[in-house]
Amino acid sequence: MAVAVSAATVLAADVLVIGGGLAGGWAAVAAARAGASVILVEKGYFGTSGVTATAGPGHWWVPPDPPEARALAIAQRNERGFGLADPDWMARVIDMTWRTLPTLAPYYTFSSNERGEPQYRGLRGPEYLRALRRMAGDLGVRILDHHPALELIADPDGVIVGAAGVRRQAGGDWMARAGAVVLATGGCAFRSRLLGAWNNTGDGLLMAAEGGAELSGMEFSSYYTVAPAGSTMTRSMSYMFGLYFDADGRPLDIRPGPDMTRALAAALMQGPVFCTLERTPEDIRAVMPRVQPNFMLPFDRWGIDPYTERFEVTLRGEGTVRGVGGLRIAGRDCGVGVPGLFAAGDVASREPVAGATSGGGAQNSAWALSTGQWAGEAAARFGRRTTPRLMSGGKPLGRYGLRPRARGRRVDLAGVEAAAREEMLPYDKGLFRSGAGISRSIRRLDQVWCEVADRLEPRQADRLRAREAAAMVATARWCAAAAQARNETRGMHQRLDAPDLDPRLNRRLRLRGVDRILVIPARPHPAQEAAQ
Amino acid sequence: MIELIVSARCTGCNACVTVCPTNVFEPRSAGPPLVARPDACQTCFMCELYCKADALYVGPDCERRGGADEASLLAAGLLGQYRRDSGWDEWEGDPRFANEHWRMEDIFARARAAAGV
Repeated sequence: MAVAVSAATVLAADVLVIGGGLAGGWAAVAAARAGASVILVEKGYFGTSGVTATAGPGHWWVPPDPPEARALAIAQRNERGFGLADPDWMARVIDMTWRTLPTLAPYYTFSSNERGEPQYRGLRGPEYLRALRRMAGDLGVRILDHHPALELIADPDGVIVGAAGVRRQAGGDWMARAGAVVLATGGCAFRSRLLGAWNNTGDGLLMAAEGGAELSGMEFSSYYTVAPAGSTMTRSMSYMFGLYFDADGRPLDIRPGPDMTRALAAALMQGPVFCTLERTPEDIRAVMPRVQPNFMLPFDRWGIDPYTERFEVTLRGEGTVRGVGGLRIAGRDCGVGVPGLFAAGDVASREPVAGATSGGGAQNSAWALSTGQWAGEAAARFGRRTTPRLMSGGKPLGRYGLRPRARGRRVDLAGVEAAAREEMLPYDKGLFRSGAGISRSIRRLDQVWCEVADRLEPRQADRLRAREAAAMVATARWCAAAAQARNETRGMHQRLDAPDLDPRLNRRLRLRGVDRILVIPARPHPAQEAAQ
Repeated sequence: MIELIVSARCTGCNACVTVCPTNVFEPRSAGPPLVARPDACQTCFMCELYCKADALYVGPDCERRGGADEASLLAAGLLGQYRRDSGWDEWEGDPRFANEHWRMEDIFARARAAAGV
């Protein structure tokens, strides 16, 4: 349905939350609890969209008693951060998660174990998101599904005062004026077919960077999760019981543990890999549908018994989803260094809690919940203070994939997307990196980027897809630039041509700029410096 | 990938239109919604979870549409499997479909022990 841009539906609130996943849900709840009027816009549907809805997040969950438990958990995790994590942030996140998660109880039926003790740590994704939606609704949050954001809006001083996007079901555009904006758009998995990640195209990274925000940790973007070949079902727990074989039926030495992904990837680079879950104990097989109701769906539909038969497996790239990198958090309130703009969840760099090694589902969920709280509260404070003066004007900040530098023309969006995917997802490029390989990726991505920046002017109906494609290439360029600059091996970033840790790189890498990317080594964290 | 909507079961409530995160469906003036953009389907099975009529079927392959036919799906009992196993709606409170997600922690621990890591 053709609706002119001038027909944009105008919305206003103290706080606009962009993204209705785990982080956006908690951010909206926190802002509303702080007394702000809140609008949440979601590309898909707040409840099914994003990587939490299709999964089953555990949270980083450490009771305050005995008191040494948290200190121990932090010390252990900090070690795996290889100098890039921050124990103070870890403590904050553990504590916030512990205090906040149980407040969901009116909306989520927490199970009890055999001893009747309520189990807060792990939740089923669809039920979790449904609960957050209901809680947000009861707190007066205005939820707008199928309202993808295309760009942020700033006032003449560069303060973020809203956003604009598409009403993809209702037709036409939307424009929201807000005292503050929380970005909770998730990570970017480059459309790898990771379960639930199709909408996670890095939109928020691009929008924020256009507003002047920096990124950090983008070199830590090489997490992969096993799935039955041809499926999206990246529920990996059961694969710890797997036995693996090559196409000729020869057993492969692929075992659970920190090196499993690399071993599996190396085997997949040689040819197809088959798996059977026959080591799974009988009682666990029986309970799996009640633990992870979606785990068996592909097998049942193919008519395969994974516990007795062999099936082909693959690895799905997670990009920055269970990678680490994202927008650089500039302060304890989850501001990103641009007034009026806050970030929560996977769109933000999780280096404060994860350092150089993926925080996995548990740390990422705790991070999403906690940063959602802080970003929501801070946005409420900022937004309620500034809303009245912002009811007029504002400059839309979207450039790449919306407003080309030169005369616009039709650009093959599938080709743009493919470039990002093909330079980020192959195992040799993600897991077995080398300077020469990264340089080749950068050359191709730069070429595609020029086309996007100079020429891409989509038809009205293609704007969302064009922005997604631009965001994926932008994200890929940040990942590649950081991977090139980190000429060492640290945590999940492994360079074949620099296999050792370089103490001079015991610092985060900040990235500034969308077009020209500046890599700025940050000062080492004082606590980490002392520990060296 | 989304394969079909069983017309005989679909109540036309359009819940799938609303909840599909990638906007695959389009409502029609009468009858079941149209599978307007099957290629946008991300094979997340969420539409099945929200379909109280168990009228939707998502195939296991994410890059190609299979050839499932209505009669064999009904016979195989695969429609509504996800919603039932999740203990949603009329299955809520049925102990056979209780939420035991919290066991993940124990299962991980046993897997690590079995593997000696």
